[in-house]
Amino acid sequence: MTTNSLTTSQGAGRAGDKVFSGAAMAAGCLILAVLFGVALFLVVQAIPALTAPPEDIQGGNGFFAYIAPIVVGTLIAAVIALVIATPVAIGVALFISHYAPRRLASGLGYVVDLLAAIPSVVYGAWGAAFLAKEISPAYDWLANNLGWIPIFEGPASATGKTILTAGIVLSVMVLPIITSLSREIFLQTPKLHEEAALALGATRWEMIKMAVLPFGRPGIISAIMLGLGRALGETMAVALVLSSGVLTASLIQSGNQTIAAEIALNFPEASGIKVNTLIAAGLVLFVITLGVNMIARWIITRHKEFSGAN
Amino acid sequence: MTATVVRKRSALTKGQLPKFAPYIVLAVALIVGAAILALIGFNAFGWGIVSAILFAVGLVSWSGVVEGARKAKDKLATCLVVGAFLIALLPLISVIFTVLVNGIPGLITPGFLGTSMNGVTGAFDNKAVEEGAPVLGGIYHALMGTLQITLLATVISVPVGLLTAIYLVEYGNDRPLARAITFFVDVMTGIPSIVAGLFAAAFFFAVVGPGTKTGAVAAVALSVLMIPVVVRSSEEMLKIVPNELREASYALGVRKWRTITKVVIPTAISGIASGVTLAIARVIGETAPILVTAGFATTINNNVFGGWMASLPTFIYTQILNPTSPSNPGPSDQRAWGAALVLIILVMLLNLGARLIARLFAPKTGR
Repeated sequence: MTTNSLTTSQGAGRAGDKVFSGAAMAAGCLILAVLFGVALFLVVQAIPALTAPPEDIQGGNGFFAYIAPIVVGTLIAAVIALVIATPVAIGVALFISHYAPRRLASGLGYVVDLLAAIPSVVYGAWGAAFLAKEISPAYDWLANNLGWIPIFEGPASATGKTILTAGIVLSVMVLPIITSLSREIFLQTPKLHEEAALALGATRWEMIKMAVLPFGRPGIISAIMLGLGRALGETMAVALVLSSGVLTASLIQSGNQTIAAEIALNFPEASGIKVNTLIAAGLVLFVITLGVNMIARWIITRHKEFSGAN
Repeated sequence: MTATVVRKRSALTKGQLPKFAPYIVLAVALIVGAAILALIGFNAFGWGIVSAILFAVGLVSWSGVVEGARKAKDKLATCLVVGAFLIALLPLISVIFTVLVNGIPGLITPGFLGTSMNGVTGAFDNKAVEEGAPVLGGIYHALMGTLQITLLATVISVPVGLLTAIYLVEYGNDRPLARAITFFVDVMTGIPSIVAGLFAAAFFFAVVGPGTKTGAVAAVALSVLMIPVVVRSSEEMLKIVPNELREASYALGVRKWRTITKVVIPTAISGIASGVTLAIARVIGETAPILVTAGFATTINNNVFGGWMASLPTFIYTQILNPTSPSNPGPSDQRAWGAALVLIILVMLLNLGARLIARLFAPKTGR
């Protein structure tokens, strides 16, 4: 009798349980479906561009001749951004985690997070209106004094709207990403390791070199990879700052183009096969960033398993 | 014997810079820096850079002479780390300063917030530049578009994101599906915003018809960007709800779904709300996905399901790249910077709101 009332009653409650857990699972599956759909619809819409006769594609030499230079341009911009942002970001992360007074640290962290809050289009406008103008004398100097290096070959762009300027703006945008992730990792350094180093007479820098950086290395690498993913896909900073053109080795002349900016500049007015070409370009960008992000996440998860042992 | 003791004691006390050493070096660096800059033409930025380099070189070499190489290296590292932080602040200050200086004239123009760009042509802008007539046109249509698109994106993302988080925390139990979702949510946070836009565009081109560009398409694109953020933040918040609360509820015979809706979510609601606010702050400034999905309008369009729609970021973008009057871009720049100021204020308010929500409505867990 009692077992009966326990097992048979409240059919409505059980239905509620089923509906709720079903809805939760459906939402989770929807996310997987969306990601799958992103790939699927991009592929479907990209196929016409891949199969079209070469002379229909912009440039007249087929899709791969069209995409290759802008892939290289994308990589150049992202590499510039990382070369500038990485040392600064690690410095900032160390400053917040190990140098700043404890009371100020979280406030300073918030200030750096503000950098991430500013919309990308505002960075683009700032880069185009302020930075490009201010930095062009430096480009002239580079062209005059280091012009024998191919990447600084003159004549420098008079407007300053070059791939190097775009890279600098990108570096500002990826800085908060690398900073916040490295900061988290640095704060997780086992206190005993740090104290042991200090007790052996290490200076603060030696302690960081011996305890903090080795512990944080996988975290730093994955933070850089995530920053790379952001720099590869960032659109507005490049679209507004760079006066684009054909692929050139010199970083201080106008020229080069990135995938994201190419799409943003051309998609609104595109029609016919051009739309498919741009979507195919987006697919290439998607694959590149997906690969970069998956490697970064894989490093993080692998590291998570190890960190339990510490 | 005594000699060694004396030497030991002196080894502890000697060979250290006095406490006030950095201040002396800083003062000297500032003066010498000013002197150098005075020779080649003074400007505040150069003064700061030259003084900082002089300070680092001076302090490190003094420390190297008095304290030895190890301490000098430590000082150098400190200088570099602090320098990195100051360098990181430069663009922040510069961006905010630039937007304020350029944006305030646009913002205080009468009608800037209350009118659209409908009927505002290059002729008016030429007149404004040549005859000093007031700059016409405003951001009302863009502001409305941004609010509607973001609202629709929020309406789509919050239920999906929250339910997914609930699945991961309450039902997932580290099953393969839950692990796959966690992994791909992480991957989704890295999707370039323009690819999200292209996905929404490609989806609606295939389903509705080629060239479909409405506010709703943009909202779908923004949802793709917003959902992972909502999932991550809600997941973190649900995880920190103490298990005792759930067990107490089960012990009273409450069903699991009632426990989740009546106990778990109310406990975590402040964190969830602040996470959602931050997610809104993230997508409200997205330009690229709206550019490829909602087109660009100059008139007020309050129907998210039909017709092109303007938004603040695309308004800024088009006003800068394609000024209303190509010969006189001044008024367009002024409108763009005004819109940028409004956008930054919106984002900052959302960020501030998120922190306030988290602080004011935080549950009293007794920790």
